[in-house]
Amino acid sequence: MRYAFYPGCVSRGACPELYSATIEVCKILDIELDEEALKGASCTGAGVLQEKNLRLGDTLNARTFAMAEKSGNPLMTICSTCQGVMSQANERLLADPEYLASINEDLTEEGLEYKGTADPKHLLWIIAEDLGMDFLESKIVNKLNGLKLAPFYGCYIVRPTKALGFAENPGRKQALEMVIESVGGEVVDFPGKTLCCGFPILTINPKNSVNMVANHTIDAKDRGADAMVTPCPLCHLNLDGYQPNAASARKREIDLPIIHLPQLLGLALGISPEAMRLNKHIVSTKKLLSELVISP
Amino acid sequence: MEVKFNVRRYDPESTDAVSHFQEYQMDMDDSSTVLDGLIRIREEVDGTLSLRCSCRSAICGSCAVKVNGEAGLACNTKIIDVLSEDGNTVTVEPAGNLPVIKDLVVDFQPFWEKIRAVEPWLQPEGEEPETEYLAPDEDMLHLAGVVSCILCGACVSDCTVMEVDSNFLGPAALAKSYRFVGDPRDDSAQQRFKTLNEDGGVWDCTRCMKCVEVCPKGVAPMDRIMALREQVMEAGYTNTNGARHAFEFSNSVKHSGWLDEKKLVVKSFGIFNIKAMIGLIPLAIRSQRAGKVPPIFHKNIPGVENVRRIFEKVETKK
Ligand code: SF4
Ligand code: SF4
Ligand code: SF4
Ligand code: SF4
Ligand code: FES
Repeated sequence: MRYAFYPGCVSRGACPELYSATIEVCKILDIELDEEALKGASCTGAGVLQEKNLRLGDTLNARTFAMAEKSGNPLMTICSTCQGVMSQANERLLADPEYLASINEDLTEEGLEYKGTADPKHLLWIIAEDLGMDFLESKIVNKLNGLKLAPFYGCYIVRPTKALGFAENPGRKQALEMVIESVGGEVVDFPGKTLCCGFPILTINPKNSVNMVANHTIDAKDRGADAMVTPCPLCHLNLDGYQPNAASARKREIDLPIIHLPQLLGLALGISPEAMRLNKHIVSTKKLLSELVISP
Repeated sequence: MEVKFNVRRYDPESTDAVSHFQEYQMDMDDSSTVLDGLIRIREEVDGTLSLRCSCRSAICGSCAVKVNGEAGLACNTKIIDVLSEDGNTVTVEPAGNLPVIKDLVVDFQPFWEKIRAVEPWLQPEGEEPETEYLAPDEDMLHLAGVVSCILCGACVSDCTVMEVDSNFLGPAALAKSYRFVGDPRDDSAQQRFKTLNEDGGVWDCTRCMKCVEVCPKGVAPMDRIMALREQVMEAGYTNTNGARHAFEFSNSVKHSGWLDEKKLVVKSFGIFNIKAMIGLIPLAIRSQRAGKVPPIFHKNIPGVENVRRIFEKVETKK
């Protein structure tokens, strides 16, 4: 299947490892990525722009949706925040034809019009819904037997459930656990998996933010997790980048590698850790990789 | 249907006084609510189970508990909608972020303190009118959502910031504050903004949407907090990391089409905040060492002039 690829700011900025892992994984999963269609698309606004001016955020996202429509392919995201912000924008745009029409007025100058058919989907959902777990399993060359993995979703891909279409797609609630099991991992369930990592208040209230990182990583670690997997690069940035701060705040070791979803897939699909820049994390993945019992 | 209730019990007067789960097997109607189940347990099986309830119709706000880990009103949650995947278990726990008194009963004192802190009463200025204070309907319409708050505490129970910081005013109190800031009869908005801009106020919310998701009345506290942020900034309170963050974020998208993370972090702290800058150095060094740094040059997206045009057009519309 072919998708108009929306990489988001973070995979092109602070998390280049996410970008490369996604490209490699999609090749193997026969997901054809159109990297050109959305080259000129803007940031989703991440909820921050929406805070200041909702209409502005909706216009920018309508513009991205129109570009995807024009390409004729569905839109794929790789970030929980992008996904959530887009789903919410789409819900508002589709709920009110008059609103959509007035938003479109600001797009005509560029020759764009959003007709309302975009259905932005995170790679996680594409795997669960468009490809299916059987297909994923058929491509696996290294079963990650026994690897204990704690899922961490990121707020925007689990709330608000209405905009995210959870009622129509109940599998979205468990998609990450399903992927973990498909690649041979063992799910380490913990209540924090759908809570906030603290990233949005990182510069506003660093103490609270670091406390959130500490709570989640320590809880997962103490329940036996070898690593944590997330479909959200912002969660990754905070849970990985600020884990040393969390460890010193709690005066203990945590040492829990935070793996991007495509990196986990890549390990099972036989992509080398270096190609997915698993060696470029703040919390080292060395020990994890060396202990990994990979069986075909 | 056969239902297994898994209820978290806690009795401060028992010898060990630690919480534990207790199971109750009940035969319930398909139409029963979680509250129906709890009341039947108390009345027919175990009279020592403590819980709060009154109206049984989602009006009084006394029955908020956690069902399967998420807050909600026991009286408007149907058992059949929350049964576990294997089809017969429901887990009920006391609301979170408030001290437990016994079993499912929590102490609302901290909740009321926060509500009181936002001074939830009208503070008009000037001469008193001859008759009552009147407000035009259209000015009150946007408050219809917030005034439906029944002070049940579900949002506070699940707020992810209150979990780590008891100083945060929290979703219920902030939504309440919005209600008074937005009331045309109130004249103390400036004073309210000052408090809201302080530590524990609007900027401490992490936008996790938990409160929006669990609120049984559609109050959408987070949306109110975001609206307050905008008003606080418009009132001239721009000297906070939060306000700078919002401003710089928007600036970056406007000028390049996407986010310049490095600049955003630096500018959020404020260029002259030397202490925060020094605090950033360890992370910068760690990132550098790990080879994890954003590209040095932040390039504009192709066609960025279209994004700038949209910004200018929509910003003037406001
Ligand atoms: S967990 Fe934090 S960073 Fe991740 S999506 Fe939620 S708010 Fe954003
Ligand atoms: S507060 Fe009102 S709705 Fe609630 S129990 Fe009392 S009378 Fe009933
Ligand atoms: S959105 Fe803000 S107020 Fe609401 S639960 Fe999350 S942190 Fe608390
Ligand atoms: S905002 Fe909603 S959840 Fe919070 S106290 Fe009011 S009614 Fe309850
Ligand atoms: S018993 Fe009154 S709200 Fe549930």
